Amino acid sequence: MKYVDEFRDPEKARALLREIDRLVARIDICRRRPVSLMEVCGGHTHAIFKFGIETMLPDAIELVHGPGCPVCVLPMGRVDDCVALAEMPGVIFTTFGDAMRVPGSRKSLMQAKGDGADVRMVYSPLDALALARKHPDHEVVFFGLGFETTMPSTALTILQAEKEDIENFSLFCNHITIIPTIKAILDSPGMALDGFIGPGHVSMVIGTRPYRFIADDYRRPMTISGFEPLDVLQSTWMVLKQIAEGRCEIENQYNRVVPENGNRAALSAVTRVFELREFFEWRGLGSIDHSGVRLRESYAHYDAEKKFSVPALRIADPTSCQCGEVLKGAIKPWECKVFGKACTPETPLGALMVSSEGACAAYHQFGAIRRQHDKATRDDAA
Amino acid sequence: MTKTADAPDRPTRRRRGTVHVPTVTLAHGGGGSAMRNLVDDVFVSAFDNPALDALDDQARFGLTDLGRFGDRLAFTTDSFVVDPLIFPGGDIGKLAVCGTINDLAVGGATPLYLSCSAIIEEGLEMDTLRAVARSMAEAAAGAGVQIVTGDTKVVQKGTCDKLFLNTTGLGVIGAGIDLGAHRCRPGDAVLVNGLLGEHGAAILNARGDMALSTEIESDCAALHGLIAALLDAAPGTRFIRDATRGGIATVLNEAAEASQVGIQVTETATPMRDDVKAFCEILGLDPLYLANEGKVVFVVPEPEREAALGALRAHPLGREAAVIGRVTDGMAGRVVMDTVFGGQRIVDMLVGDQLPRIC
Repeated sequence: MKYVDEFRDPEKARALLREIDRLVARIDICRRRPVSLMEVCGGHTHAIFKFGIETMLPDAIELVHGPGCPVCVLPMGRVDDCVALAEMPGVIFTTFGDAMRVPGSRKSLMQAKGDGADVRMVYSPLDALALARKHPDHEVVFFGLGFETTMPSTALTILQAEKEDIENFSLFCNHITIIPTIKAILDSPGMALDGFIGPGHVSMVIGTRPYRFIADDYRRPMTISGFEPLDVLQSTWMVLKQIAEGRCEIENQYNRVVPENGNRAALSAVTRVFELREFFEWRGLGSIDHSGVRLRESYAHYDAEKKFSVPALRIADPTSCQCGEVLKGAIKPWECKVFGKACTPETPLGALMVSSEGACAAYHQFGAIRRQHDKATRDDAA
Repeated sequence: MTKTADAPDRPTRRRRGTVHVPTVTLAHGGGGSAMRNLVDDVFVSAFDNPALDALDDQARFGLTDLGRFGDRLAFTTDSFVVDPLIFPGGDIGKLAVCGTINDLAVGGATPLYLSCSAIIEEGLEMDTLRAVARSMAEAAAGAGVQIVTGDTKVVQKGTCDKLFLNTTGLGVIGAGIDLGAHRCRPGDAVLVNGLLGEHGAAILNARGDMALSTEIESDCAALHGLIAALLDAAPGTRFIRDATRGGIATVLNEAAEASQVGIQVTETATPMRDDVKAFCEILGLDPLYLANEGKVVFVVPEPEREAALGALRAHPLGREAAVIGRVTDGMAGRVVMDTVFGGQRIVDMLVGDQLPRIC
């Protein structure tokens, strides 16, 4: 398939792996411990597992699967708010499909649907707006979720609703921003990351400049990466090369898509519609300052949190759950106390087990090979 | 050999009723003459066989006649709730006939008789119902199978979606055939009879939510002829299963688990149309989990691999057949895929459906 097969060429992969082996031999850290790289974005986590990239890399490289899966970092209280909105009479609650199974404290949206709430899967916020047009006697609420990647399409939908004067449409806004979150991870005690594979589609919107503090202030290299397996492998090679050469820069492997200054039209729609919240709650990571956005006052009539009364309760993560430690790379998914026992893809406790981009679900589904390999290595060492 | 259910000894053929209204109403499920007319007009006239024509409460089979096909009965049932009712490459009727025939055939049975139960939502267009029944009749005639008994219910609007069908199938398994998921052994070859994922992609596309334009058609087909040819060529075959909901990934996992063996699959060997691949890429679906309605997974002993492949490819429904992997003594109960990129990954069971109501 054109434009796909080129990025999955096993010959090129083998050539890159040989280069990676050479680099690893030059990196001092690797003599003491594996070099630890975080892929921030859930899309990269998915590609790493889908194509078995972890099984191809040398043991001297450890990939830490970061917080860049918006479904995974959604706190329970926000899911409860979704359910409360969905269960209001006359409401059609619209959501992307992967948010359906995220557990709330009482139930998930999937269960709410089963109990009679009108919950509908959509593929775009514009689909939700179309439902509002079609059902003028209903209130259509769109569950806005995601980083800067999906923010522009939500913003444009709000602008479109305003243009058409559609009054029965509103947004339950859970959009979050990546930069404060990376900063929070870098500031967390015991942080042991040596470099980053940077988000691709977020960067398509925000450009490469906002990441500079990572290199300048925290002295960690980053390579912004595409999502095909060769992209990820080449980006891994690029970060390792920076480490081997003692450089800390924000490099752009995904320059076929990511411009240095981002997408001006998208950014302008986002800033017109949204403003930063003082703080936003993340599952596993707690409250992070300025890490979420809400609708500006001038668009408040589209804000579901103002239009309806939502419980807005803060629900603590289940105590047995170690999603936070997994997100920060402190433990591997299968080292969590409840992984594969109380927490499985059928009955997820933590959100990392829900989405196919979540590190735990990915390990559960694809990762037994790596797990066996790691166990064998540990047993050998013992 | 002929296979006819016992026709009661009646001197003259009765006159069949007809329906003159455009849609099904609750009256058509009331048990009175309206229902009788609906059954006659739609089902009896389409299926057209003496056993059904009598409208007795049951079809009757002579044991001696059945015994000529083998030494064990195979009995299966399946319900069909696909949305939309008519889709590229088939409709709910063809699906209901082929699906149940295939469930018999993968056990090595010769399919002989089907039942047909229809649950109809009031308001369904009569012509749609007639078209579905005709499609069932065509599929059954093409497969040499008779639909000999049935039932019709009409329910209020909103209590079912347009039309649900159930078919139950009766077949006979030839002496000496013993197939089972638990029989796979390390070294065995894993084959499929053709291009994967077409039914799931066609249904999803036919719903129109994606606004994608493709020419993907459902692969819906009755496979008992193909399976019989395979069993002739590779009599040692261990296991056959149709890869419907959950796709080949699910079938391979069932085999690996039941036999406590590993199964190694090569991604580049799995046959797939480019447009199905592209469809999956765009929507983030995994084609290994997409439903098929005319594709079967075969596990055969290594020495019979080439004979099996040859027999499949010689059949019109197996031209694109391929060896996609092998049974190993690796991780028991696990399916491992060598990815196109050169890595390895586990192919696990899916928790839920990728897509609802595809069959």
